Amino acid sequence: MAGSSVKPTPVLKDELDIVIPTIRNLDFLEMWRPFFEQYHLIIVQDGDPSKIIKVPEGFDYELYNRNDINRILGPKASCISFKDSACRCFGYMVSKKKYIYTIDDDCFIFIDYPSVHIDRLDFEVILRDMKPLVAKNPSGEQINALEQHIKNLLSPSTPFFFNTLYDPYREGADFVRGYPFSLREGAPTAVSHGLWLNIPDYDAPTQLVKPLERNTRYVDTVLTVPKGTLFPMCGMNLGFNRELIGPAMYFGLMGDGQPIGRYDDMWAGWCMKVICDHMGYGVKTGLPYIWHSKASNPFVNLKKEYKGIYWQEDLIPFFQSAVLPKECVTVQQCYIELAKQVKEKLGKIDPYFIKLADAMVTWIEAWDELNSPAGKSSKQPNSTAK
Amino acid sequence: MRVKPSRLWHSIEEGHKRTLKAGKLTEKVLKLFVATGNDEVLAFIQALNIQHVVTPVLPTTNIKDSDVDIVIGALHSDLTSFLNEWRPIFSRFHLIIVKDPDLKEELRIPEGFNLDVYSKSHIDRVVGSSSSMVFSGYSCRYFGFLVSRKKYIVSIDDDCIPAKDSKGFLIDVVAQHLVNLATPATPFFFNTLYDPFREGADFVRGYPFSLRSGVTCALSCGLWLNLADLDAPTQALKPELRNSRYVDAVMTIPSRAMMPLSGINIAFDREAVGPALLPALKLAGEGNLRWETMEDIWSGMCVKVVCDHLGLGVKSGLPYVWRKDRGSAIESLKKEWEGVKLMEEIAPFFQLVRLPQTAATTEDCIIEMAATVKQQLGPSNPVFTRAAEAMVEWVKLWKAVGSGSSPL
Repeated sequence: MAGSSVKPTPVLKDELDIVIPTIRNLDFLEMWRPFFEQYHLIIVQDGDPSKIIKVPEGFDYELYNRNDINRILGPKASCISFKDSACRCFGYMVSKKKYIYTIDDDCFIFIDYPSVHIDRLDFEVILRDMKPLVAKNPSGEQINALEQHIKNLLSPSTPFFFNTLYDPYREGADFVRGYPFSLREGAPTAVSHGLWLNIPDYDAPTQLVKPLERNTRYVDTVLTVPKGTLFPMCGMNLGFNRELIGPAMYFGLMGDGQPIGRYDDMWAGWCMKVICDHMGYGVKTGLPYIWHSKASNPFVNLKKEYKGIYWQEDLIPFFQSAVLPKECVTVQQCYIELAKQVKEKLGKIDPYFIKLADAMVTWIEAWDELNSPAGKSSKQPNSTAK
Repeated sequence: MRVKPSRLWHSIEEGHKRTLKAGKLTEKVLKLFVATGNDEVLAFIQALNIQHVVTPVLPTTNIKDSDVDIVIGALHSDLTSFLNEWRPIFSRFHLIIVKDPDLKEELRIPEGFNLDVYSKSHIDRVVGSSSSMVFSGYSCRYFGFLVSRKKYIVSIDDDCIPAKDSKGFLIDVVAQHLVNLATPATPFFFNTLYDPFREGADFVRGYPFSLRSGVTCALSCGLWLNLADLDAPTQALKPELRNSRYVDAVMTIPSRAMMPLSGINIAFDREAVGPALLPALKLAGEGNLRWETMEDIWSGMCVKVVCDHLGLGVKSGLPYVWRKDRGSAIESLKKEWEGVKLMEEIAPFFQLVRLPQTAATTEDCIIEMAATVKQQLGPSNPVFTRAAEAMVEWVKLWKAVGSGSSPL
């Protein structure tokens, strides 16, 4: 495969964990090997814990299945979803690193072939000459999704004023005329939200109407989502600063025994954004792209989502108007406060939200337990390598 | 990952293969192959990712050419090369050219355009010679906005020429602006795939359905390749910095998010927000380079507040123009820091200003804002008091001159 011999310089190799939820296999890691090999992986195995998930040779990882989650969290394990990729947030909790990158197991590196102009005549010549391109940016550098996330996280965000040339810290860009100088230091970046080419992240109704639509537009930008603005956060290609915002990245109660699915990352994203806005942190979206290869079944998705589609109409106004008191100065405090408001204001929509609010509190308790100096020694993964 | 086309070639039936090998691939032939519905052929065609060399067809809008005025503020007297560069794109439309009243030389305009030219004498007649300074320099274009009777206005600085997109096609700035204005904006929730109304895009999972019809887009802000709209200190620090990044996106600026609106390359719905594009903030050292003005930034903030209040949208991104190198950032830097200093007060003011529910029209909004500007910013600097007064005068002028049914 073109480009696989190029090993990018690992940046933050000892400060970043890659969290991958999986239920089938991890073959996709072969493709990511040159980019992921130097990092530590945390694999959260969903579904049947008796199944052995084979991890390709040479990766440094720890793997947790349901039995491990139950053993490590005890009764608090109830906050971690079962039979849903939402279980990945357990990986965030047990990580000891400053940064997290999470990716789905059906996401590949974006590789493309050059496009053929319609007036190119000779098919055989076309086929013979066509070489795969590893995605390159306009400067000719090979695109490394993880490297781009790290760049995004290590440079400030600009949530207080929108820069029309997008991320001003990118090479070749800057702040535009009229951008207040006092705001040019920006805010610390808490989240880097990447995008996807090929199968777009549509909801079930949209998938049903447009089953063949593919996202082919490579938009060469990173930008900060302004303060006070919400967005749908997708967990497929996501990086974040765990030290800044980790406790807010709870992916909710989804899957088995729950009335809803495919809203885990959405829920985390809305909570996270409200808290980031309160704490003065920034959220970036845009590059990098990964290649999303597998289209999920829209009928299955519809069953999981349909409650969410209705509830969303109440959830959005709730989050848009959520105010956190000044006394909340840590992310945990913000989150507990938010959980209280969820219970008060959303409990009447469905008892699910009362359960969810309780789970949010359990999550914070578990997070603090596991991440206090005393708690760290008590967790042991199912298997590790290296 | 895209499948290697040569792998698919083998699965194509011989008859199709012969045809493909024998002939030239044209649009017509391609359509025939697509029409076969043959899975292998279709997969092969998809894998080739065939790009068509015809000018990209933008989604049709219902905006007629006759609904549009192109307003050019002439700060240079010789518009020959400027208009010739834009001819393929502008020639269908009616142009309003407003000559900077401070410009002494006669305008030179090439043949073949449908246009009206306004100069100092027109301006004096309409507003009186003592008030015509309000339209000096870059602000001369506002006179064009005032006298136009079209629904949509596109306005571009006279030191810009058409740019090429990442595929090498000439960018039809007008067509893209009109598409932006003709499709809804989505200010209440950010769509991570940017403008969901663009072809090949849509709302992503998690986007509330009740917000998917969007709101009217009242303003479209384009961008610039080559010389970006940076301020003088920034450009002086990085004299070689040129914008070469073509970002293939249009997006709605979220409600309550403020941004600096550059006047270099814009289009707007005059019926919806016309009175809000106004010449009000004049720097003491205002000059004929964008590095020496803030009038568009101020105007843009007013428009954004009005749009947020009235539930209208503002888009930013495509189209790009190519902005020619001109002037010296360092020279401009020596002149005045005033604009940069003023922004420190202007930005928080506009971020926090809220209009009363009773302000139901754009004119009402401007009057309310002018009062607040006078009250809150006036005390710190007379330039703000003057701006507030100019805003009130502008609304009067708009009501008298701008909203008639027949042009001057």
